[in-house]
Amino acid sequence: MTRAPLTDLPMTEIPANAVTATGRGGGGPAPVRIVVAYGFWIFLLSDIIMFSALFAAYAVLSGETAGGPTARELFDVRHAGIETLCLLFSSYACGIGALSIERRRMGAFYACCAATFILGATFLALEVSEFAGMIARGAGPSRSAFLSAFFSLVGLHGVHVTIGLLWLVFMVAQVAAQGRKEFVLRRLHCFSLFWHALDIIWIALLTLVYLIGAR
Amino acid sequence: MQESDRATVEPAHDKAPGVGADAPTGSLLGYSAGLLFALLLTGASFFVAQSHWIWGPGVPVGLAVLAIAQMGVHLVFFLHLSTGADNTNNVLALAFGLLIVTLVVSGSLWIMAHLNANMIPASAIMEMH
Repeated sequence: MTRAPLTDLPMTEIPANAVTATGRGGGGPAPVRIVVAYGFWIFLLSDIIMFSALFAAYAVLSGETAGGPTARELFDVRHAGIETLCLLFSSYACGIGALSIERRRMGAFYACCAATFILGATFLALEVSEFAGMIARGAGPSRSAFLSAFFSLVGLHGVHVTIGLLWLVFMVAQVAAQGRKEFVLRRLHCFSLFWHALDIIWIALLTLVYLIGAR
Repeated sequence: MQESDRATVEPAHDKAPGVGADAPTGSLLGYSAGLLFALLLTGASFFVAQSHWIWGPGVPVGLAVLAIAQMGVHLVFFLHLSTGADNTNNVLALAFGLLIVTLVVSGSLWIMAHLNANMIPASAIMEMH
């Protein structure tokens, strides 16, 4: 939306911050992009609150190993470090992708999406291999309350990453089919918010489960 | 505002208000700075967790501080949370979300620690029978 010059208005009706302050009611309705991002941000926060319940459960149950393997015996901090790097660079690639499509550099956009997908899939593969190794050692989710909490918490994050990867594939297909349309760009913006928010949850996970747990 | 004024503010165009506003979401420098900070903080977390530079019982506190700092970096550089006017609602929603998360996590830990402390040991229950 291109705003008309505000000088046409009677001076008394112009708030001091009218030009930029759509969020405060001045300068007309907020851009759809801002409203959509706000709605999606509310969803992300509700998702984070759901995670907080599982974090609380893990924090309460992390010592209840029922004679089974403990966090210190099970977790490999270096493994978690590689997973963290995958997610961080995936997030970075996602951000650069968002910049590229804004600047109409479609080749760079597809390359960034590919990098985002490959790094995310690598993360997921590492996590699945970790889970498989633990279950093979008899440390599955049914072994102890600690492991039930661990698998639900980390597994739920893994499910989110899986959904994110599927969403990314759909978005790339949509960009290829529809081009740079307004609604496509808004959905892409929501996807990048989702992908970055997963990083925030992973940081909490890494710290509580792996770094503090494996000490 | 009167109708006549409205007409001068919003010239006739075929889009709904607010559609088509193409605001840039970030910059290459912003994302790169965010990545750099995130890598530094992650590295610091691993260093603190694995070395003995910090007094043992203080390590979880140090890790929590580093994690919260890194979440801040992600919010600002990747999710573009800012103090700008368009972000007021987002920041308020975040504040409310943080309140709920704090209540859920610290409340659970607090209640469960008390329950644990007040629980009759299993051996005492056996003696009662």
